[in-house]
Amino acid sequence: MSFIRLEPRGQASKTMVYVTPLLAVALTLLSGFILFLALGFDPVKALHAFFIAPLTSVRGLGELVVKATPLVLCAVGLAIGFRANVWNIGAEGQLTLGAITGGGLALAFYGEGGWWLLPLMVIGGAVGGAVWAAVPAFLRLRFNASEILTSLMLNYVALLLLNYLVHGPYRDPDGFAFPESRLFEADAVLPILWSGTRVHLGALFALLAVAGGWLLIARTFIGFQIKVIGLTPAAAGYAGFDQKRIVWLALLLSGALAGIAGMGEVAGPIGQVTAGISPGYGYTAIIVAFLGRLHPVGILLAALLMALSFIGGEAAQIAMGLPKAITGVFQGMLLFFLLASDVLIRYRVRFGTRRAVA
Amino acid sequence: MNDFALIGPILAAMFAAATPLLFAALGELVVEKSGVLNLGVEGMMLVGAVCGFAVTIQTGSAVTGFLVAALAGAATASLFAVLTLFLLANQVATGLALTLFGVGLSALIGQGFVGIPLEGLPKLYIPGLTDLPVVGQALFGQDIMVYLAVAAVPLVHLFLYRTRAGLVLRAVGENHTAAHALGYKVLRIRFLAVLFGGAMAGLGGAFLSMDYTPMWAENMTSGRGWIALALVVFATWKPVRAMLGAWLFGGVTILQLHVQGLGIDVPSQLLSMLPYLATVLVLVLISRDVARIRLNAPACLGKLFHPDA
Repeated sequence: MSFIRLEPRGQASKTMVYVTPLLAVALTLLSGFILFLALGFDPVKALHAFFIAPLTSVRGLGELVVKATPLVLCAVGLAIGFRANVWNIGAEGQLTLGAITGGGLALAFYGEGGWWLLPLMVIGGAVGGAVWAAVPAFLRLRFNASEILTSLMLNYVALLLLNYLVHGPYRDPDGFAFPESRLFEADAVLPILWSGTRVHLGALFALLAVAGGWLLIARTFIGFQIKVIGLTPAAAGYAGFDQKRIVWLALLLSGALAGIAGMGEVAGPIGQVTAGISPGYGYTAIIVAFLGRLHPVGILLAALLMALSFIGGEAAQIAMGLPKAITGVFQGMLLFFLLASDVLIRYRVRFGTRRAVA
Repeated sequence: MNDFALIGPILAAMFAAATPLLFAALGELVVEKSGVLNLGVEGMMLVGAVCGFAVTIQTGSAVTGFLVAALAGAATASLFAVLTLFLLANQVATGLALTLFGVGLSALIGQGFVGIPLEGLPKLYIPGLTDLPVVGQALFGQDIMVYLAVAAVPLVHLFLYRTRAGLVLRAVGENHTAAHALGYKVLRIRFLAVLFGGAMAGLGGAFLSMDYTPMWAENMTSGRGWIALALVVFATWKPVRAMLGAWLFGGVTILQLHVQGLGIDVPSQLLSMLPYLATVLVLVLISRDVARIRLNAPACLGKLFHPDA
């Protein structure tokens, strides 16, 4: 008989749904404090450099939005899948494909662009990402292959494909053999929304994705089906919901959104196709989706926090020589703490030995 | 006959390339047999790789390095075990978290060790046998870890199918409610299985950083943890088949390196895709047989268990 017990709640706690993400953030900060201390840095100064200093300048706030943009786009799509038990962890690859197709269009029409080029690139990026996500969807439905493993394998394939392209067909003909494409022309670059920063039109796409994702989940029959399939697949079966259609929808939609995110990176802050277009946005988006409670608005907030961990990591590296890898440790820790504290949603922690149950 | 002379080294390299996959897959196989799906193999391998490497550099002892790597793998796995077994967290999400955390943590630990070369383990040499043409080097010229990985295959098989403990572990994986009702400690058994999986993943990672490469680089496992997960499915949860699968993938990895040496002009990046595409292919081939998967997969795989509920 253990001293600490978990007692099931009659009903999931609505309060805890909102409390546990905050608890997870607090625990992460506390662990960060200890980690910095262990590494021999002044923890107060380090946490300040990491989480406060980047927010004190217009440029820093702009970068926050720039980094949150692909995270939101990827995470909104992933969350729809996760709700329906579709485990797409291939957002990184789908983002990469969006950069390849969207960026490829910019290069194909180099010197002959017009007002139509950017819309075409957005569509191209979405199609590229969706096609990449269609592979795991097809393999799961037709051959019963786990989409977790197939979508992940395709991440590596996509990165290698990008690497091949920037060393070969996409390489700048006047670029002294550097593995990068030409700089895009003005009509292939997303307009800046906030002067003095790098915030680009993609941020608007991200907001549209949040609104669209919310509408889909909360206000449509498909959203209802997604929720039922996720909570009780058997009930969805009895109700006659077409589960195949939901798998297709979840993967194609998340692929398209990730593809747009990738296109937004090459046509936004990067301005060309290079071998390193993402510091792992597609993976971090998984954390964003969970931290945001698979809810589009929550995702928006979670993405801003995760974006802060990216720029905070860079800022702290420059200001104090902190290792950049700390960003990854923070992100992983945050997800751990969140998953751990989520137990409080459905269970009460009881101390003492078991009472007689009436 | 230059091409023919290549076969010996290719075979030898294939067994070496298969070794990290074999360690990790065998560990995960036992974990899954107990009914737990730990997707954090990649993260545990990386932590094992960096810890083993760092300790070997510091102490000069590869034995200590491998021991620490196994411990480090088990320690990372224990995070997963606590979360999924005692705090009832979703296994898929927690496994992903473990991988993301492992990638970050290993990069942090390893930043002072990037680019330092290590000697690797000594290779076996038996006069006569090792000098045999074609198979000599492959069979009698490997280092101890390669043999250990192969030796682990019958041991895991015997444990699972010929011991009482193995029977209990499989029972827990097939029906945790029944096993619990019979008085077996479901959570304790799963905890131990997850630790074993972590230790094996740690050894697999350490083999990469201390012996195969041998150096440390961020994210150096490059998906091998995920390939090991796919291997477990490919093996339909059988140790001997996992070994065959690991050799197959070792072969694909090595082939890809040698194709260019044979003068076939394919861009290296496209060749590097082969192991990943092969993984997708074998997954599809094995998974399409739904009945076979259902027959062999532990029935409680990935399901949460709460003794009080």
